[in-house]
Amino acid sequence: MSLYRDQGIVLRTWKLGESDRIIVIITEENGKVRAVAKGVRKTRSKFGGRLEPTSHVALQLFRGKGELGIVTQAETIDRFQNIRSNPELFSDASAMLEVVDHVSPDQSPDPSRYKMLLGALQTLDEKSSPLLVPSFFLKLLEHEGLAPELGFCIKCLDTDNLVSISISEGGVFCNKCQRGRTISDTSIAVMRAILGGGLKQALEVKDMQTVSEIDRIASEAVEFHLERKIRSRRVMDT
Amino acid sequence: MYIDAVEEVIDALGRLPGIGPKSAQRITFHLMRLPVEDIELLTSAISLMKEKIRFCDSCFNISEQELCPICKDGQRDKGMLCVVEEPKDIIALEKTAEFRGKYHVLGGSISPIDGIGPEQLKVAELLRRIEPERIEEVIIAMNPNIEGEATAIYIARLLEPLGVKVTKIASGLPVGGDLEYADELTLGRALVGRHPVNEEYKNV
Repeated sequence: MSLYRDQGIVLRTWKLGESDRIIVIITEENGKVRAVAKGVRKTRSKFGGRLEPTSHVALQLFRGKGELGIVTQAETIDRFQNIRSNPELFSDASAMLEVVDHVSPDQSPDPSRYKMLLGALQTLDEKSSPLLVPSFFLKLLEHEGLAPELGFCIKCLDTDNLVSISISEGGVFCNKCQRGRTISDTSIAVMRAILGGGLKQALEVKDMQTVSEIDRIASEAVEFHLERKIRSRRVMDT
Repeated sequence: MYIDAVEEVIDALGRLPGIGPKSAQRITFHLMRLPVEDIELLTSAISLMKEKIRFCDSCFNISEQELCPICKDGQRDKGMLCVVEEPKDIIALEKTAEFRGKYHVLGGSISPIDGIGPEQLKVAELLRRIEPERIEEVIIAMNPNIEGEATAIYIARLLEPLGVKVTKIASGLPVGGDLEYADELTLGRALVGRHPVNEEYKNV
């Protein structure tokens, strides 16, 4: 039983009892942590406003005997004002938080996953791009060792004439081995850029056909590996 | 540990919000000591409530008839509509005695992570009320959290083209609270939403 300090991003919250919340936070040094924030739903709460999904906070937590810790202090580092005031950005941020929540095991520190999420939220808040969320999904899959193979046909290893992709089989196919759904050369090139250090340029892509193709593939890949639907995706598409 | 009949009551009570196993046990033993008539009064009140209660056809507040008492009340300001998340928010607002318009209950707020988007809420029903009821002002009174904010902005955007005035309840410091203990988000909002002092004393 001890007090410790860390910084983290609030992934989601659950109501608990009359006025408390259970906060799920991805922290830099302690991995995903679940903690009770007491009294935060009361209007007089000192830090209720700081512990909302997407908030980047510095925390003091109490580690008790049980699974749940207790939040004893919280200071805002970044509150991502644009995400808060734009329902579409909030929906995009929620999709990233949801996926990180599901891929992160409890209390298993992974600072690079944490930094990836923080960077993605900062970019979303400052200068969003239609390819930001799909890029985040692909980078996260790569980080977990689950990214689709895009360099060669996964059946005959041919590097030319790649025409289709199958998420369940793990990569692209050439025109002779063709399986799964068709994919354009541009989409393959952009996805390679995302995974190969060309993220900045990839985020500049605005062509809607390429964007929606990559978006579909990235969401399908994440859902396939998580074995569940991403609920946050598309709720604002009405 | 207990005989089945007692265990069942403890289990059922333990499923209620805010009631833990210990409270459930305490309530069960209290119920055991009550006379049969009191128990019947309680069980019939609960069953009757469940039978009679429905949602108002117009505002989705809880009601015993097609329209709730607030929608039926001819004395209320018909041009003002206050949008809230849950029926219990209406009770909180009614206690202020500051609002004399009508309400619209959305049934929650936009929460993508829970799969709740505008389609799961009574947003379309809200838009359908504006013209026929000649609403002049819509006051958005959502919970001041990130989901509430997203919902407020979404609704405001939809209402804008309908030519109706859209306002949001102010957010700031609680009456009787200390400034130094306020979090920066609340204090920041209180600053943004500041208003001339003379307006305040003129209204008193």
